[in-house]
Amino acid sequence: MSTIPLTPGRTAKEETATTGSTRSITTGGAGAPTKGRKSGSWSTTIILFLCAVTVLLPLYVTISMAFKTGPQSVDGNAFSLPAPFSIDGFVEAWQLTRFPVGFAMSFIVTAGTVVATIILASFASYAIIRNWDHRLFRYSFFYLLGAMFIPFPVVALPQIQLTGRFGLDNPLGVIILATMFQLSFSVLLFTAFLRSIPMELEESARIDGASTWQTFWRLIFPLLAPMSATVGIFAFLYAWNDFMMPSLIISDADMQTLPVRQNLFQSQFSSNYNVAFASYLMAMAPAIIAYLFAQRWVMEGVTQGALKG
Amino acid sequence: MSATRSIVTGGGGAKTPRSRKKVEPIYYLFLFPAVILFTLAITVPGIIGIFFSFTDSIGIGEWEFIGFTNYIAAFSDPAILTSFLFTFGFALVTVILVNVIAFLLAVGLTAKIRFKMGLRAIFVIPMVVSGIIIAYVFAFLFQNSLPAAGSALGIPFLETSIIANPDLAWVGIVIVTAWQSIPGTLLIYIAGILSIPGDVYEAASIDGANKRQQLLRITLPLVAGYVVINVILGFKNYLNAYDIIIGLTNGGPGTSTRSIAMTIIRGFQTGDYAYQMATATLFFIITIIIAVLQLSVTRGRSNI
Repeated sequence: MSTIPLTPGRTAKEETATTGSTRSITTGGAGAPTKGRKSGSWSTTIILFLCAVTVLLPLYVTISMAFKTGPQSVDGNAFSLPAPFSIDGFVEAWQLTRFPVGFAMSFIVTAGTVVATIILASFASYAIIRNWDHRLFRYSFFYLLGAMFIPFPVVALPQIQLTGRFGLDNPLGVIILATMFQLSFSVLLFTAFLRSIPMELEESARIDGASTWQTFWRLIFPLLAPMSATVGIFAFLYAWNDFMMPSLIISDADMQTLPVRQNLFQSQFSSNYNVAFASYLMAMAPAIIAYLFAQRWVMEGVTQGALKG
Repeated sequence: MSATRSIVTGGGGAKTPRSRKKVEPIYYLFLFPAVILFTLAITVPGIIGIFFSFTDSIGIGEWEFIGFTNYIAAFSDPAILTSFLFTFGFALVTVILVNVIAFLLAVGLTAKIRFKMGLRAIFVIPMVVSGIIIAYVFAFLFQNSLPAAGSALGIPFLETSIIANPDLAWVGIVIVTAWQSIPGTLLIYIAGILSIPGDVYEAASIDGANKRQQLLRITLPLVAGYVVINVILGFKNYLNAYDIIIGLTNGGPGTSTRSIAMTIIRGFQTGDYAYQMATATLFFIITIIIAVLQLSVTRGRSNI
């Protein structure tokens, strides 16, 4: 996420142009006239529906396999509907992967990463923007941003060692590392947004006697809400779905997150497809359900994030 | 007022020697948690890693300085060279495929169509699905369903699993990676296309430009900046490919689909700590070169 002009301060016009275009992504769009002379082209619609099938097919297979009985799941026809409908796969997967524990670990890692990223990044961004005149803060900005060019694999080995040595080879270690890898991008988003908040707004709060701490929590943090949503969505998607980092950092198998637990089905039980797919479905479902409820936010947030970043 | 001004316009090159007013201490409290944690979690491990790349450490126990031996060895190690070649080739193919498909889908999804919002919602779903899990699902499809379909339809080419074929396994990885990363790319293209004012198209159609001409002469040039964003973001992500490859082929058959990230991690697990830190450092240098290139490209294009 990094196509930034490293020098902060894009013009207000650019700023609104970007926001304007992201806004319209879920409302139809200003550019292309949506409702017009004709009611819409059926041929394009049909082609797109066919493409959508390729998106849905793996998901359909996952769902239908998950509800099959053991024998039906190995009959070689992945696309058939479950007959009879069975939840045996779920029952067995629930116990095999110790789903409640895995879910709790994934939840802790995800919630921790989202909260820590939003708080640390908005804190740092606020300090940086308000003290831009001071070298320490200005350099901190570029320092934090530099990490956008450091992918996890590059520093993974020392991190595995260090987390092991300091007792952080657990979900807490993953939260810290995941937050740090999200930090540069999040600071970039927050600082871009903070620059658009007029100083006068803050000064009036100060005149009313609010301290910096109070100003931040009562005035700035609420104003940052849309950006916090974007930052949070990225942190959520990363922390919930990531395999590489937890698999390398967390040493106790029982503390593993849901994606890592699925490797159970790669070795043993490899022929109980219904169990494996039930387990995959349970691991995927929370993110998909969250997405279905927050579609608008996710689409806008991701667009805005990627463009600002 | 002048302070506000310089904040708004940023210090972009402007030296700001004035106003050495004292920083309110609380701002350090805001800044330091992030900076300190960041230093401990990323900078320090990075420096340690580079340091050990000049030693013969196996991760624990004693070690000695051996200079550039690891680097020299890495340059002539076929395993490392193959993984670099594979990763770059894979990233290149994927970035092209993903961008072409995502751009065409974005054109379709911004055209006058029915069920526009529903279709967009569907196309974004893969973005929220875990890479490793969807790779497991695709592995099943490639191993079981595709060969079954191949023999049912009498297509010998499909009868064996493509991910069991050293020459074709990468195709499977490209497909799954594309499946998962098209949504993000697509959303950026949709935003790009929507930012084009409608009257441009009206003027063009009055002048008699057909749809294809409008697409090639108007849409494509006007979203060029977004293409740059997508290509750069995508390429960087694909260079770090790990999850999907683990789920799909686990680097196999043999080592034919072993990415750089996998090579580094595998080396650690087999005791090649210092050696693979040299690989990681080389990889880091390449990432930096790409980052510099990307900055010079995006600097030249400030039209987004």
